[in-house]
Amino acid sequence: MATGSYTPKNKAVRWFNERLPILSLVHGTLGAGYPAPRNLNYFWNFGSLAGLCLVIQIVTGIVLAMHYTPSTLAAFDSVERIMRDVNYGWLIRYIHANGASMFFIVVYIHIFRGLYYGSYKAPREILWMLGVVILLLMMATAFMGYVLPWGQMSFWGATVITNLFSAIPGIGESIVTLLWGGFSVDEPTLKRFFSLHYLLPFVITGVVILHIWALHLPGSNNPLGIDVKGPQDQVPFHPFYTAKDALGVGVFLIFFGLFVFYMPNSLGHPDNYIPADPLVTPPHIVPEWYFLPFYAILRAVPDKLGGVLLMFAAVGLLFFLPWLDTSKVRSAIFRPAYKLFFWLLVVDGVVLGVVGANPPEGSWILIGRLATVYYFVHFLLILPILGKVERTKPLPESIASAVIGNKASARPATAPAE
Amino acid sequence: MSSNPSTVEQVSEDGTTRRDFLYIATTAMGAVGAAYAAWPFIDQMNPSKDTLALASIEVDIAAVERGQSIKVMWRGKPVFIRNRTDMEIEESKAVDLSDLRDPQTDEERTKPGHEQWLVMVGVCTHLGCVPLGEAGDFGGWFCPCHGSHYDTAGRIRKGPAPLNLEVPDYQFISDDRILVG
Ligand code: HEM
Ligand code: FES
Repeated sequence: MATGSYTPKNKAVRWFNERLPILSLVHGTLGAGYPAPRNLNYFWNFGSLAGLCLVIQIVTGIVLAMHYTPSTLAAFDSVERIMRDVNYGWLIRYIHANGASMFFIVVYIHIFRGLYYGSYKAPREILWMLGVVILLLMMATAFMGYVLPWGQMSFWGATVITNLFSAIPGIGESIVTLLWGGFSVDEPTLKRFFSLHYLLPFVITGVVILHIWALHLPGSNNPLGIDVKGPQDQVPFHPFYTAKDALGVGVFLIFFGLFVFYMPNSLGHPDNYIPADPLVTPPHIVPEWYFLPFYAILRAVPDKLGGVLLMFAAVGLLFFLPWLDTSKVRSAIFRPAYKLFFWLLVVDGVVLGVVGANPPEGSWILIGRLATVYYFVHFLLILPILGKVERTKPLPESIASAVIGNKASARPATAPAE
Repeated sequence: MSSNPSTVEQVSEDGTTRRDFLYIATTAMGAVGAAYAAWPFIDQMNPSKDTLALASIEVDIAAVERGQSIKVMWRGKPVFIRNRTDMEIEESKAVDLSDLRDPQTDEERTKPGHEQWLVMVGVCTHLGCVPLGEAGDFGGWFCPCHGSHYDTAGRIRKGPAPLNLEVPDYQFISDDRILVG
């Protein structure tokens, strides 16, 4: 992190920066003082987009909390009031509800980017593991948020997910009672979920700061997956990547807007517009789309504890990925066999998602089991073995020589004149 | 710590001092204290006194004919009360206990003298959905969430649920009134 060299021109600003070098910090993390590889492609936009999503969720969420009532008797009506009576309430709620989906789209692409280009490998293991922590926190946050409108899916989703913990031998039932604060999902459950739903995004913010800190020590990985050798391989973050990120933000907001304004309920489930009824389970309960692959894994196992363990293992496994993948080469560009298995994993994830959305009957059961087995085979068998046997392609000399050929050494990249 | 420990404190042969003992003892006391202080913050999440106080209900079952069921709410959950037909009872009694995942006889799930009445918490023992009555492969209950089948005594027969539907504590106050809880 090159924070040291920055001196503001304005005297008052300089006076301030000497006492609290926050401008130096920004300069060094997001400004011209942070050199980034010159060959980052558009898949590197999804980190800043994820940050944007977090900000959007926090801003819209705080506004919703000003009108929302966390009580089983009033929650559903208060959300309907936001939709009908509060000025622009419909807009803010639709941004928040669809924003959760956008957040997961962005984060899943961000994760698969990491898988493709080997960004989890040394020296970025902690960076990757912090990312998995963020994913888990996001899942908990989105799950608790979905309970708040207190519709049928809210209630039964909460019931099924909290009951997962009853699978723990011996103490499971007491844990579930502790989570509920009663004998079923009820008033105390809703109140604590609201409190935690408010809190967790700020915990996520904290972990994001650690994530970026861990990023800035080695710097960004890049599509070639080779280390930066010198200044000719880099460009300053500002204005190059600030501009590239800004373009990404524009495209993303158009995509986001299509959902918010033209199909705001397409990603949700209509049953959540029916108030919660503890006596009637909807005939077909499904979680939000971003949980479907994990839900499919849960249902693939005909044993309660086994299903629950496998579902948590599916995410937990990612913590060990830096050591499961034994290949020294990072980027899939130079790993022809890995590239194939990467795409198979993507297909496997989509298949699991489709299985999760369908009732556990007929051939869905078999497909779900095969896809579940393949998911674990990919991480536990294919990756460790592949790294040892795969014949990788030769790596380029340097980033600069690969992107601009021999001119590289002749013309080092510099910041444009100001 | 002093650079010349012999004059200040006694050092044992392996290099530990009495001060090390004090450090460990203090830290351990601190940890115990922190655990005590944490308990109220954990226990406040458990059911409160008013939640516990609402724990029993009385139900009039006079109007429930043979082959009919009612659903009542108890502790925020549905309780199924079914007046079973003779055929259902026979079917249940005919089952070989070794076929059951959670072996229980029909008698163990009913009250003597009231065998036709089946009283159960209507919550699937898998992940807590409410099963549908008179459905499934065994003519009992079927849970649509992940496909658990229960028989006419509410015993698990097929699917992911590990246990039979729970029979709550209840008693007959008279022939047509029961007290649940
Ligand atoms: C990581 C960031 C967040 C995510 C992923 C998230 C996700 C969600 C989701 C999925 C819902 C349900 C939307 C629906 O179907 O109606 C929801 C509702 C809600 N969220 Fe968040 N949220 C986040 C941050 C926040 C924050 C910081 C607050 C601040 C208090 C907040 C307050 C609320 C409120 C009051 C509701 C209930 C109103 C409603 O259902 O629209 N959220 N959230
Ligand atoms: S909750 Fe009944 S089968 Fe899963």
